[in-house]
Amino acid sequence: MNLTLKVWRQANTTTKGNFETYSIEDVSPDMSFLEMMDVLNEELIQKGIDPIAFDHDCREGICGMCSMFINGEAHGPDRLVTTCQLHMRKFKDGDTIIIEPFRAKAFPVVKDLAVDRSAFDRVQHAGGFISVNTSGNTQDANAIPIEKHDADRAFDAATCIGCGACVATCKNASAMLFVSAKVSQYALLPQGKVEATDRVLNMVKQMDEEGFGNCTNTGACEVECPKGISLENIARMNREYLTASIKG
Amino acid sequence: MGTLNSNIPEGPLSDKWTQHKSNINLVSPANKRLIDVIVVGTGLAGASASATLAELGYNVKTFCFQDSPRRAHSIAAQGGINAAKNYQGDGDSTHRLFYDTIKGGDYRSREANVHRLAEVSANIIDQCVAQGVPFARDYGGLLDNRSFGGVLVSRTFYAKGQTGQQLLLGAYSAMNRQIGRGKIKMYNRHEMMDLVVVDGKARGIIARNLVTGKLERHGAHSVVIASGGYGNVFFLSTNAMGSNVSASWKIHKKGAHFANPCFTQIHPTCIPVSGDHQSKLTLMSESLRNDGRIWVPKKIEDAKAIREGHLKPTELGEENRDYYLERRYPAFGNLVPRDVASRAAKERCDAGFGVNKTGEAVYLDFATAIVRYGKEEAHVKGLDENDAQLVKKLGQEIVRSKYGNLFQMYEKIVDQNPYETPMMIYPAVHYTMGGTWVDYNLMTSIPGCYAIGEANFSDHGANRLGASALMQGLADGYFVLPYTIGDYLADDIRTGTIATDTPEFDTAEKEVQDRLEAFINNDGKNSVDYYHKKLGKIMWNKCGMSRNEKDLKEAMTEIKELREDFYKNVKVPGGLHEFNEQLAKAGRVADFLELGELFAKDALERNESCGGHFREESQTPEGEALRDDENFTFVSVWEYQGEPAKAKLHKEALNYEEIEVKTRSYK
Repeated sequence: MNLTLKVWRQANTTTKGNFETYSIEDVSPDMSFLEMMDVLNEELIQKGIDPIAFDHDCREGICGMCSMFINGEAHGPDRLVTTCQLHMRKFKDGDTIIIEPFRAKAFPVVKDLAVDRSAFDRVQHAGGFISVNTSGNTQDANAIPIEKHDADRAFDAATCIGCGACVATCKNASAMLFVSAKVSQYALLPQGKVEATDRVLNMVKQMDEEGFGNCTNTGACEVECPKGISLENIARMNREYLTASIKG
Repeated sequence: MGTLNSNIPEGPLSDKWTQHKSNINLVSPANKRLIDVIVVGTGLAGASASATLAELGYNVKTFCFQDSPRRAHSIAAQGGINAAKNYQGDGDSTHRLFYDTIKGGDYRSREANVHRLAEVSANIIDQCVAQGVPFARDYGGLLDNRSFGGVLVSRTFYAKGQTGQQLLLGAYSAMNRQIGRGKIKMYNRHEMMDLVVVDGKARGIIARNLVTGKLERHGAHSVVIASGGYGNVFFLSTNAMGSNVSASWKIHKKGAHFANPCFTQIHPTCIPVSGDHQSKLTLMSESLRNDGRIWVPKKIEDAKAIREGHLKPTELGEENRDYYLERRYPAFGNLVPRDVASRAAKERCDAGFGVNKTGEAVYLDFATAIVRYGKEEAHVKGLDENDAQLVKKLGQEIVRSKYGNLFQMYEKIVDQNPYETPMMIYPAVHYTMGGTWVDYNLMTSIPGCYAIGEANFSDHGANRLGASALMQGLADGYFVLPYTIGDYLADDIRTGTIATDTPEFDTAEKEVQDRLEAFINNDGKNSVDYYHKKLGKIMWNKCGMSRNEKDLKEAMTEIKELREDFYKNVKVPGGLHEFNEQLAKAGRVADFLELGELFAKDALERNESCGGHFREESQTPEGEALRDDENFTFVSVWEYQGEPAKAKLHKEALNYEEIEVKTRSYK
């Protein structure tokens, strides 16, 4: 198939960006979206045009690095996939595809389609952990049985890949789904309960300082999340936050 | 460089590690504050080492080329992590895990290191659970296990098909705690460009900020390389796009010996190649072989009909299917080790029984498991076990709960529903057992420079067993290196901060600068990927699953020619002082073009078949691998001598005190 691509080009964080239009021919439906971008970049290099910068690494939907906003949707038109798992069979011959970076105040553009998501890391530094040192003398892993239902829900929350699709999708650029997934994982496990109060207060404080917006319960984040992280986590974090605020 | 000394402690094998820990030098808590350690890479090994070193009190600087340490490719490991917990009461023990790993590695790994690995394995599970890693549990709330290839017990802990992700996020969380405390300084989007050696000791690195392009000098009392394996020398592999050998190769060129480069793992269950545009291959976890049966058609005409689309696999009756692993290896069946399963798949496809358009695919079929689970579930729920539709539905639900994310991944890539039709799979490059040579303390042949995780060579011999990479990465990072490094650093408590305004740093930075400028100023015509793909083709065709003298000699010549052409004709767009992915990639491919030649040389030198290394000259009449213990029971340790082809071979003899060296049989 033949396609027209309108791609956001921006030299660095401080310069102004704009859309450039490229055409690409003979795209195979079996290609992944990023493989199509590879082919385009190869052509640009041959023409002496600076190739399009985009983040990507594992290309199997788990590292969370790829981050394109395609035709108005984070990770494009398919559901439960990252950009690297989106395949060209989801498009038709003659389509025009608009490709933008994940846009949010807290995610400044590094170059073209690559953005800086270190705000996510800083939220994790504030409390995304259980304070246990490595000693070799930790209690036996089976010493505390954990109800399967809770273990499974903790796991579901823990599968967040930190890609930022939730933020890019949210009209307020809120990071509630991301932060609540980590808060929930630990809140559901006995190991995490000891520090629960400080954790939720510190992580939410950092989230606000990074410039993420507020949550208005629209639920778009859940729809676009490549890992299907549930809104239930936001509700749980709100409960945790309220309880912690009263205690604190 | 000095001679090889593996520094294995004296005493009985099972006491070595305990005694060694009691005997080595320690650094006092007050003095640890005066010592800086650099860690390159944030996969399981790098992240766990960074966190633990910081907890102990060292000042840690950690580097990764990705935008966050959580992206490192350990995240993609699927199936599980081994540990000798014996929670299932099926006869597992430290000794059995040790024995399985040595045997699985085809008697080419170092006994003392492997025993230590087995000893600390149980601690890893305890540590991870304490961190909040959500492993799979049963209804009683206790941890669940499954079985992996090459073993007869269930010792693999897992978190669905995302075990690597959960373990890495655990290590990342431990790092985050230390970053928050200021004990780890994290450098995202930074790439190590070279090692700086001062008076024979590793004293820092030159790093490049990948966003601004600026070169930076970082001094430290010790440098730890945790940058993973080099599977991407094949271009197509299950590695991430950015995975590279450069940190390991740069230290090699500064004096760290490189061991067993030809020991590569070709994983049997990957999604087959679909076309020339392919940029990487995707693994389907080995855990699937717990429930999936591998087969090809028995009759060659059926295989042809399937390839041409006239016949569907589900239409082919049991009597016309060849479950070739169950046929050839009745004791282990579909759970033979990876090297054996990969060669068997290649053998069937080469003989014309492949089942996709390219003829390079076999089936992995879950129909039997779906019925088995469905009947069980129907029985438990008191429903009709003879209702085929119901049984199928219930069985599919169980399979979904075990492998749901893998099935979804398969469907997204191949556009077929694996609950209804068998998966198609083919072997692909996955892991490299070879790597930087290290002694028992995980120190390379450069004093003060360490290598951990997949980057080193020590534990997996010629073939790694499934679910052992995660175990080794975390063992090295949490429980081995943080202790052994103290023995070296104990001499550095009075050294003071390492200055970076010295001639050694000047020279190292200038060399990096010159190399980068040469790429940008080169008036070439071919892209970096053009060379990477060409190199990958040579490696796969001549140094792949089956190797012979003629091919390997040709590969050496072709790689050298390709490298010369690369330096003349490579085209790198953009400038030095900007975010320039092509420039970063050019440096990585340049290193692959050197490593590839050493790889072929090592494979040529080792004229025996062992583990993942299969030499056509060395096989039994039935086509099984034939090891040559008399001539090759050693580690091939290569010293850099200016060019890959001129590398000098040292041999570290492998002595087995505890284990009787036998022919590896899974029949």
